[in-house]
Amino acid sequence: MPTPEVPAGQPPALELLDVHASYGRIEVLHGVTLSIAPASVFALLGPNGAGKSTTLKVIGGNVAATSGCVHVMGTHVNGASPDRLARVGVCRMPEGRGVFPNLTVAEHLRIWTYSAGVSRGEVEDRTYARFPRLAERRRQLAGTLSGGEQQMLAMSRALAGEPGLLLLDEISMGLAPLVVADLYEVVGALARDGITVLLVEQFAKTALEVADHAAVMTHGRVQISGRPDQIMGALSDVYLGVAS
Amino acid sequence: MTTFLHFTVIGLVVGCIYALTASGIVVTYTTSGIFNFAHGAVGMFAAWTYWQLRVDWHWPTPAAFLFVIGVIAPAMGVVIERLLIRPLHGAAVDLTLVVTLGLFLTLIGLVTWIWDQNKIRVTPHFFARQSVAIAGFRVTYEELLVVVAAVVVAIGLRLLFNRTRIGIAMRAVVDDPDLVAAAGANPVRIQQMSWALGTTLASLSGVLLAPIVTLTVIPLTLVVINGYAAAVIGRLRSLPATVVGALGVGLGYNYLIGYSNSAFLRNVQLIVPMIALFIVLIVLKPARLRLSSLNIVRMPRPASPRAALTWSVLLVAAAAVVGPQLSVVNLRIASHGLALGVVMLSAVLLTGYGGLASLCQMTFVGLGAYAMGHVGGHAGNPLGLVAAAALAAGFGVLVALPTLRLRGLYLALATLAFAQAMDTVFFTQVLGAGGAIHVARFYPPGVPHTDSAYFVELAVVFALAGAGLLAVRRGPFGRRLSALSDSPAACATLGLDINRTKLLVFAASAALAGVGGALWEAVPGQGSNNDFLMLQSLVLLLLVRIGGINTVTGAFLAAAFYTGFQILQSHYPAVGNLQYLLTGIGAMTLGRSPNGMGGRVAEAAAELRARRAAPRSPEVSLAHA
Repeated sequence: MPTPEVPAGQPPALELLDVHASYGRIEVLHGVTLSIAPASVFALLGPNGAGKSTTLKVIGGNVAATSGCVHVMGTHVNGASPDRLARVGVCRMPEGRGVFPNLTVAEHLRIWTYSAGVSRGEVEDRTYARFPRLAERRRQLAGTLSGGEQQMLAMSRALAGEPGLLLLDEISMGLAPLVVADLYEVVGALARDGITVLLVEQFAKTALEVADHAAVMTHGRVQISGRPDQIMGALSDVYLGVAS
Repeated sequence: MTTFLHFTVIGLVVGCIYALTASGIVVTYTTSGIFNFAHGAVGMFAAWTYWQLRVDWHWPTPAAFLFVIGVIAPAMGVVIERLLIRPLHGAAVDLTLVVTLGLFLTLIGLVTWIWDQNKIRVTPHFFARQSVAIAGFRVTYEELLVVVAAVVVAIGLRLLFNRTRIGIAMRAVVDDPDLVAAAGANPVRIQQMSWALGTTLASLSGVLLAPIVTLTVIPLTLVVINGYAAAVIGRLRSLPATVVGALGVGLGYNYLIGYSNSAFLRNVQLIVPMIALFIVLIVLKPARLRLSSLNIVRMPRPASPRAALTWSVLLVAAAAVVGPQLSVVNLRIASHGLALGVVMLSAVLLTGYGGLASLCQMTFVGLGAYAMGHVGGHAGNPLGLVAAAALAAGFGVLVALPTLRLRGLYLALATLAFAQAMDTVFFTQVLGAGGAIHVARFYPPGVPHTDSAYFVELAVVFALAGAGLLAVRRGPFGRRLSALSDSPAACATLGLDINRTKLLVFAASAALAGVGGALWEAVPGQGSNNDFLMLQSLVLLLLVRIGGINTVTGAFLAAAFYTGFQILQSHYPAVGNLQYLLTGIGAMTLGRSPNGMGGRVAEAAAELRARRAAPRSPEVSLAHA
């Protein structure tokens, strides 16, 4: 398995070493090893049930790794609670809509200040500058927003805090292509600002367009990893089980 | 005019206390998705603690007040959250109901255990009843304190939940604790804080009430329960609507005191909050209840007809052999327990199979006993049993009709209100307060009129009812009930008539409870209205839950547990106080094993069967289990 090139002397933004994880008695990650260079976009691809979301949950502290190591910026973070990780800059966007249906847009921004470490005014300025639509709807309940607006609101959490590591779990799910393009533009902008992004997608093409590096998972293991163009070529073989 | 003013002021003060209570319920519900049935009991416990500090230990009033409200009350919330609520994460609504009811009983048991209930206790009034004239009308400082507390709490809660970050996070955590964590806040800490806030509000209303009502467990708890109506008016969500509702209920209650001149109306006045609760539940479009994830508890497999027959024969034979050996007292207690077992079977049918939580089974018991008393005469005419079934079934339909569209929590609240109303109006009215009704025993022709023969008769009735229940469970109606319990929406799409099924199961269960009640009260020969208190319905439900709500075995185990405890109590009266405590604690453990003891037995039996089916490879059957 080729290891991604990481600049010497600088620890990778995220490193997984032989991570195993299970739900109850069923193991779903059978030794995942990954390494992501700082300020890059890494796409994690694979079919349903491959363990992509679980990998993100392990990094975000929602699922405990049964063995193996998770390093964020060179620090061992196994066993840290999700909220603690969030406060030190690991921002995980859960699958589906990462918003609270019964809170208004403005109230969401208030909650984002827990991890952002900046004032409420600052969070509002950054969000409304990037998503003017949310400014119009600041008094509206999130549950009544459109799917795209909800995803914008969810993404505003990443904008607010300038996290060190952004974990995105299928942000394109159920959204119109135009909205998806818009969201990925934000992802690209965040990466240019120096934020490391790990994104999980089922739609390989969208993800590979923004990624600097990619890997494909099946059956709880990383099968191949490499540059997006290499992955694109090998993708169907991995999905169909030829390459393993 | 002065009278009007007088009752308005008192009504507003009472309304303010309801408002405090109801706000606490709404706070807990909006922040944790759990309706805390023990809210009233928490307030009651705080009132007793306050009495202990203030009167028994002679603390100064401010110190005792602040210690209870500022230290003990939040600590209770934190402990409750840690021990009971956290393990309930993602559990079915029904289970949260049972666990908080268990807490309710535990607190009542704890208070009766710690403080001797035969002593009369008076909590001194705040500010020694000094008063001030406002617009020519004298108002005591104590009344002002209540009003000020309610206003401060109302404004404070509004600011907390709309303006502060922690308040907003409290509202957020109920919908998605993981997202709250992802946003960098600690969801467990937030949940803890909201429970602490809820118990503090309950305690505040309890302590403010203590000088106004006498310090007795049940009435004090019930006054706080009256706040339920206001909370439901606020649809468990809106604090302003809750406060308005509380004031309305308080005023209505006191105007009825002031202007009613008949004894009947005075009785009605006692249940104004319950009537309000019932009406609100029926009239208001219920807000969507917070649905927990589809956390289906697997139902134990019903016993086979052969097993049912074997156990029935064994039960009757055991009753025939053991009965004559028992002392007169023990035999009566055992008969009482077995008859109560029949009532418990009615709860298995309604709640265990049908998934409809009812908190008024003892009301049907009372109606059954009442019918038997009137129709059965002194000879125990069998028509009395028919009348018992019919009267109870009629009332069952009466409760079921207006509550057809209610489920889970709202149905439980409606039946609770019904039980309380029947308890206060019907039974006290027809039996007189503390009055009793003669209930004769029915003996089939040719059976000697002895205690031991009656015991065998009860065993036969229990066996028949149990076998009948199992037959229903295996038949088409049982399948319909299971489907109704799992998903009413899916039933409707399949073309099943949900309403008819619900009415039928309510009527059948009430009829069974009525017959059980007639047989039950015939053991001592008379029934008094104390036997049918709303609280007894809660105890009964919790006992069956502990035994196992969805198995006949569970009802039998619950009856056996009850009997064993009663026998123990008759020999060692000191343990009597512990019954509520033990039942409550038992119910609280259900969060971890929802099918109760009966479920465990069914599991063990299934494993045994599997082993016997594959005797040579036991490891295979284990892997399947």
